[in-house]
Amino acid sequence: MNKVGIIGYGCYVPMYRITPEEIAKIWGEDASKIKSSLNIQRKSVPAIDEDSATMAVEASKNAIQMAQIDPQNIGAVYVGSESHPYAVKPTASILAEAIGATPNLTAADLEFACKAGTAGIQMCMGLVSSNMVSIGLAVGSDTSQGRPNDALEYTAGAGAAAFLIGKHNILAEIEATFSYTTDTPDFWRRQGAEFPSHGGRFTGEPAYFKHVLYATQGLLEKFGYSAKDFDYFVFHQPNGRFPLEAAKKLGIDEKKVLSGLVTPLIGNTYSASSLLGLCAVLDQAKAGERILLTSFGSGAGSDSFAIQLTPQLEEARKKVKKNFAFYEKRQVFLDYGLYVKHRRKLKSL
Amino acid sequence: MANIAITWRRIPEKYCLVGSICRTCSSKYFPLRKFCPKCRRKGKIEKYVFKPYGKIYSYTVVHSPPAGFELESPYILAIVELDEGPRLTAQIVDSNSIEVGDRVEMVFRIIKREDPEGLITYGYKFRKIQD
Amino acid sequence: MREVAIVGVGMTKFGEEWNRGFRDLILEAGSKALEDAHLEGKEIDAIYCGTMAPGPLIGQEHAAALVADWMGLNPVPSVRVEAACASGGVALRQGYLAVASGLYDCVAVGGVEKMTDVPGPDVISTLGGAGDEEWELSFGATFPSIYALMARRHMIEYKTTEEQMAAVAVKNHKHGAKNKYAQFQKEITLQTVLSSKVVASPLKVFDCSPVTDGAAVVILMPLEKAKKFCEQPIQIVASAQASDTLALHDRKSLSEIYATKVAAKKAFEQAKLSPKDIDVAEVHDCFTIAEIMAIEDIGFFKKGEGGKATEDGLTALGGQIPINTSGGLKACGHPVGATGIKQAIEIVWQLRGEANSRQVKDAKVGLTHNVGGSGATCVIHILKNPSGD
Repeated sequence: MNKVGIIGYGCYVPMYRITPEEIAKIWGEDASKIKSSLNIQRKSVPAIDEDSATMAVEASKNAIQMAQIDPQNIGAVYVGSESHPYAVKPTASILAEAIGATPNLTAADLEFACKAGTAGIQMCMGLVSSNMVSIGLAVGSDTSQGRPNDALEYTAGAGAAAFLIGKHNILAEIEATFSYTTDTPDFWRRQGAEFPSHGGRFTGEPAYFKHVLYATQGLLEKFGYSAKDFDYFVFHQPNGRFPLEAAKKLGIDEKKVLSGLVTPLIGNTYSASSLLGLCAVLDQAKAGERILLTSFGSGAGSDSFAIQLTPQLEEARKKVKKNFAFYEKRQVFLDYGLYVKHRRKLKSL
Repeated sequence: MANIAITWRRIPEKYCLVGSICRTCSSKYFPLRKFCPKCRRKGKIEKYVFKPYGKIYSYTVVHSPPAGFELESPYILAIVELDEGPRLTAQIVDSNSIEVGDRVEMVFRIIKREDPEGLITYGYKFRKIQD
Repeated sequence: MREVAIVGVGMTKFGEEWNRGFRDLILEAGSKALEDAHLEGKEIDAIYCGTMAPGPLIGQEHAAALVADWMGLNPVPSVRVEAACASGGVALRQGYLAVASGLYDCVAVGGVEKMTDVPGPDVISTLGGAGDEEWELSFGATFPSIYALMARRHMIEYKTTEEQMAAVAVKNHKHGAKNKYAQFQKEITLQTVLSSKVVASPLKVFDCSPVTDGAAVVILMPLEKAKKFCEQPIQIVASAQASDTLALHDRKSLSEIYATKVAAKKAFEQAKLSPKDIDVAEVHDCFTIAEIMAIEDIGFFKKGEGGKATEDGLTALGGQIPINTSGGLKACGHPVGATGIKQAIEIVWQLRGEANSRQVKDAKVGLTHNVGGSGATCVIHILKNPSGD
């Protein structure tokens, strides 16, 4: 495979937040127990005029600013989400128009629960290394709904992460990728249904852990890495606990997982989940350091990546003030009433 | 149902601040004008993409919204003066309080979400620039 | 060009007229005007009808044809004139031009709007059409919000206060209380205005003119002929109109209505008069700030001093220059197309000495000022009672 990598990245998290205390109050639950069992402090809530398309646009503009490319040179745009604004009419074409990439490009929307974003990265890698396009844009963006009075209501957050993949001026080289896919019914949403359904405890061992572990170990074995070759591990993070447990099962030092663990601060951003963790790590990692990223999408599958930072990253990072820390720090707290209004759960509306 | 063609025609302006410049008199216009009011037929009009920055020239907080904007009410509506000259009318988002003179940047947001089966209109709003 | 006079006037009560539709309103105003002019009706050579939005409001276009039909005036030519809130004033100007040109000897000019047949939100959206649909309305702007943007600049540039704006509403309600045609005939206090719900800051409910049904008609004739028909024909000594950008954000200044300044200058030139010659005026107070800007832009007061002048009572009955003795749009009501004609009628009554408890002593010269949208159209008429000469 030719050298291919991330030439720019960007993220976006909405400003609003809601705490587990606010939600627990409504359902008569014990917030402190929930906070500790899920390892979550708060989650992000989109504004009424935000959706997966609008967030994808801002994240992508940040990526373009970092890469300093002309958006007309983007040859492919893929948006992965499980909350696309339309069931039919791609988010990718709206995004491509808004960033000035149209009309000479290919585009499509992806869905694979929380790993649609990483699937997009793999697709861009293929197009770029085969020289079919010179630059590809892969975005994971979600404003997923949590069913009221369901455990997921505490964690379902909103956010987007965008990655420009190319061959020139690589900031973080994607050295290898490995995937593991099965038909596993752990979490789903039927066409037209408003909220997803899930298998409760089934979403653990047979789903998340099986796929994350298999894909990670598969990458290590196939490409001859060992865990100590990596300075950071970023896993898909439906809550603040699972990645820590995955690390334990893999025999990895928990410290290597913490900088990429963003769910405690902003909730599970679904298709952006592992990618926002990656952004947080890229914002602080040093040249030469290596990151292992493994996403997980219900249904189910995992994409694992070995990413090594180049010396160009540190300079390039400075071009974008609006990084993960910038968005994470913007916090306006809502009560449950405003939250319900924002998430359009008020039926008369 | 949506006004499909009108929504589509406005996309370059509403998504990317594409306006016009008259090469004859150097006047810049937003939105797009195909006819320079100053030079009229002598004007050479071309497309011009405005930088997404400006400052607040005037603002109001709207408490009685028109149809389609009920959920967002109350919202801030402002006249923004773009750095490159022209003024436009837009909502200000993510900002609790603003003053005339505040520097703002363009953001891409939903303008109107029609009935559940209609089109979603996207376009520009502005946000106070945070240091 | 001949000299033109108003020989007859008639209007309906303005308000929420549930029992009367569009046709009933124009019929009542038209009949009253013909009676006032001692005309049977077959003398009318042409009809000009100002109405902004019968389409969205009553599902009816081709309104001018409806008026001619309903008034029994077929086959007389009938034209609908539209310039948003200036529809009435612009219709009056068209009628004036038609008679002044020599083409017609007797013209009926009416204004009408039936606004309460559709739900409130639909009225708000329809009125928004007075602004720029593509670049103001589609982003969530409402008509009050556009004037609110102007108010804020006026407050910043001239230190105009919310209290001064509220004083306009208080004054106009005081005048309206003396007008049996007014929608609101009750006086209000400054506190009522200041504590009313915010519509678009800084404008509150009581800073805004209401939704109103109503119709008003005037009959025009050449002055020479008028003296034979009418005891006190009122002459139109000036008619001027100007335009400016549709969208507020395209104007040079938000704290004035430039079209008013242009039209006023032209009108005073035409009449060979100046602002201090005006004894009474009806100006376009769709919002309180609009009256403050109007009295400055027309030239009654220096720019920036309109707020203080109102606060000091200079524009009230008995003051230096009484403004909106009818109650204005605020208290008399604002059936959009009818307002421009109602303004002319109030001045006619003032100049004839028929304004009852609203009478301005020795009023000889009056002015009407009608604005469309946020100032894209302005039309000004100056009226004089020639029997004073």
